[in-house]
Amino acid sequence: MAIERSFQTKLAEGDMTSMIDMVFQLIIFFMVLINFSQEDQNEKIKLPSSELAKPAETPLENPIVLNLDFSGVVYMGPETSTVAGLRPLLQVEADALKAKGLSAKDANVIIRAHQNTSGGLVQELIKKCQEVGYEKFALRAREDRP
Amino acid sequence: MAMQFKTHAPEKAEMQLTSMIDVIFLLLIFFIMTFKISAQEGDFNVKMPIGGGQGAMDTTNIPIKLRLRANGDGELTDIVVDDSRSFGNDFAKLRAFILQLTGGNAPPDPDDGPEVEIDLDYNLRYEYVISAITAITGQRQGDRIERLVERIKFAAPRKPNP
Repeated sequence: MAIERSFQTKLAEGDMTSMIDMVFQLIIFFMVLINFSQEDQNEKIKLPSSELAKPAETPLENPIVLNLDFSGVVYMGPETSTVAGLRPLLQVEADALKAKGLSAKDANVIIRAHQNTSGGLVQELIKKCQEVGYEKFALRAREDRP
Repeated sequence: MAMQFKTHAPEKAEMQLTSMIDVIFLLLIFFIMTFKISAQEGDFNVKMPIGGGQGAMDTTNIPIKLRLRANGDGELTDIVVDDSRSFGNDFAKLRAFILQLTGGNAPPDPDDGPEVEIDLDYNLRYEYVISAITAITGQRQGDRIERLVERIKFAAPRKPNP
């Protein structure tokens, strides 16, 4: 007697539901934590730390970010300069503010200086900004929680 | 003769998930690659109009002079207040002095209260300047920050010795 065994090959399908759930959770996690506001930061600058450096609740108005590295090079957006040669770049920003009906006094100059740069260089940077008319400065530091 | 109708068993509707999973994995890889853990940053606000550090001085509100001396390597050697009190390189002592001066109370208005003028050696490392500003401007009590001095300015830079 011939026994006919018929097997129907089925496509093996794993249950993807839990994996998709987990992947979605990971995506949501990274989306929430991604911070596009850090684009002004410069990798070459290691900020000094301070226990009082607390992130501001409201962002500063009309910010101009100056990154000063250890060797005295100033990074202002895509431009690079020395402290001595910074005036034309600062003047461009002041003119842009003037076109908006504001003045250099309304801008907040954020100074992100390397922790090992000389303090005198930071003073010179502030002086250079003052010559163009800037008055408000924010010395940025890394939060150091005890 | 009766007609025969074939009835099909209802098939399970299945969505094609392959392309969606591909896109989701691409998104996941993008977020993982761009993810960067960085410390929070905060600001010390300094208002310094031109001439604020020089020129005619208002004798009714003379700022406290804070002198920061450095050695050749840019390390802090001495903290001197008003050319008379020396605190070595101990910022805790400087803070204790400021606490004594202000009574531990924040000024009612940021434009009020004592003003400190920081005069530093040109080659002093910037981290010491921030440490000095930290000691002057306040202290942390748990999650709360107690403000002490709000008004800070810099003296004219001292040119480096040749």
